[in-house]
Amino acid sequence: MSLLTLENVHSYYGRIHALKGISLEVNEGEIVTLIGANGAGKSTTLRTISGILHPKQGRILLNGQDISHIEPHKIVYAGVGHVPEGRGIFPKLTVRENLEMGAFTINDRAEVERRMEYAFSLFPRLKERINQKGGTLSGGEQQMLATARGLMLKPKILMLDEPSMGLAPVLVELIFEIIKQMNQQGTTILLVEQNALMALSIAHRGYVLQTGQIVLADTAANLKANPTVQHAYLGVE
Amino acid sequence: MQRSLRTFQIEEVLRPLGQMLVFSLASSIILSLFVILLAFLFQNTAIGADVTRRFGVSLMNYTLLNLPQVLMDGLTLGFVYAAIALGYTMVYGVLEFINFAHSEIFAIGAFVGVELLIAFQAYGLIGGQNSLLSAYWWLLIALLAGMLVAGTMAVLVERIAYRPLRGAPRLVPLISAIGVSFFLQDAIRLIESVTTGQFHRIMPTFGNFDNRIPLFTIGGNTVDIQIKSLIVMVAAIIMLVGLNYLVNATKVGKAIRAVAQDRPTASLMGIDVNRIISMTFLIGGTLGGAAGVLYALKFTRIDPFVGFFPGLKAFTAAVLGGIGNLTGALLGGIVLGMLETFAGTYMSIFTMGVAGAEYKDIFAFGILILVLIFRPQGLMGENVSQKA
Repeated sequence: MSLLTLENVHSYYGRIHALKGISLEVNEGEIVTLIGANGAGKSTTLRTISGILHPKQGRILLNGQDISHIEPHKIVYAGVGHVPEGRGIFPKLTVRENLEMGAFTINDRAEVERRMEYAFSLFPRLKERINQKGGTLSGGEQQMLATARGLMLKPKILMLDEPSMGLAPVLVELIFEIIKQMNQQGTTILLVEQNALMALSIAHRGYVLQTGQIVLADTAANLKANPTVQHAYLGVE
Repeated sequence: MQRSLRTFQIEEVLRPLGQMLVFSLASSIILSLFVILLAFLFQNTAIGADVTRRFGVSLMNYTLLNLPQVLMDGLTLGFVYAAIALGYTMVYGVLEFINFAHSEIFAIGAFVGVELLIAFQAYGLIGGQNSLLSAYWWLLIALLAGMLVAGTMAVLVERIAYRPLRGAPRLVPLISAIGVSFFLQDAIRLIESVTTGQFHRIMPTFGNFDNRIPLFTIGGNTVDIQIKSLIVMVAAIIMLVGLNYLVNATKVGKAIRAVAQDRPTASLMGIDVNRIISMTFLIGGTLGGAAGVLYALKFTRIDPFVGFFPGLKAFTAAVLGGIGNLTGALLGGIVLGMLETFAGTYMSIFTMGVAGAEYKDIFAFGILILVLIFRPQGLMGENVSQKA
């Protein structure tokens, strides 16, 4: 049984039919990536899984349990972490407070401190800014903060939405390196990326989305070698 | 490892105390200098002559003699306004919506406190030969009961009248709030009329709250402070510091701020947004209810519409300070209370009795209009567009 399963999920934004029957699986220990153009429904898929949107049709199963109509905060307690697109940090909370919010579900304060130290060991820059308000950080620092905040939860499955967006190439490599590390330590990853090449190079499997539907599903290596994918998403002529 | 999360953060107590001190001193000094300047300018005009004829002292002396009392009363009123204003501003911060029923939450607090004390008096628990100390205990019980009922009502109002409208256009919950406000006013009136045959209630006189403590003497005049003013001030300061600590230094407070800044992301942290919104109403309602009991203690007579003017003025205070901003509500409340007391005392003097104390509200609402025109984000508010 896979950790996360979507069965024929349909989601709407008002009257707009954003997801038209998405079915996918994420197995324990995998890195799975969703690639596709802007507006293909990648972020919507993540938002539907984390309960911000509820599917009109279809089911979402976590460890075999239906979570399709559960409120977002309960899904977090069930072990699903979501680092939203556009960073979504709290601009008027300090770096420390932002990280504390990431571990909101954990009541053991010593454990929160331990995880914060771990997050700081990955992103020393954040430690220098610990008492600074989130909104005053640079774009790259905000992205680091959002990723670090996702780590604070130590979820079973972490969903990352465009973690490389707006980052300098050095930082992109760092973020992907950290994602790989987390995966090796046992966190299952569902990754949405514009940078399809980077995503496919660390993922085990991938799905290609187009206008709310999955058009291709394969191992990352096969997708990388697929001429259609190469042409449309990897910039290979 | 830096300071542990569990440790008591003393700076979160000292900071609001310092802010209150600064705001109180600054508004005292500015307004005092202003009236002294006015007195100096009009000393030798018909206004000065009029004061000398009526009170037998020069205009300057009259101004200076009244000043300490005005400052004391102004501060007392200011802290009451600040406590109410925090209810408006907290709810606005989280939901971006003005809870117009907050003035009735205040009235409910006042009624619960007063009715309870009337009942205590009827059972002979307060007044008469009972000890002074017990009077303070019973007052505390009335205060806590007022807070509890008002806080619970605020939560219920949100559940019933606002939550179902969460996704609706912004005007809809606003109208719902005005409806709730009318409903609660009439509900109080109905309950009071049916149970007591009248809807004006008088705070029982007990304990030594009406006594005055002499502070100092200048020019043969004793400056004193009524014990109940002192109680109001101390209680308000404790609550304001407590609220500040709750919001800035506890996990719940951080969650409240997170929800205020970004509701969907807060829910992705595992924060139960609905619970936090209820919590916000509970805290705001509790403060409003306490302010109601304190107001009844100070001004004695209450009726079902008692919340209307204090509510409107506290709303003005919240806007003046920058709605959504807790420190701003504190500043706005103190400034408005001061200004109103100054106007109430000195306006009739400087207009030779033409415009008496009854016109003091012009200042509060004049300020509301000026702020909305020239600085809509308030004194301490940030740009409104950032919030959207």
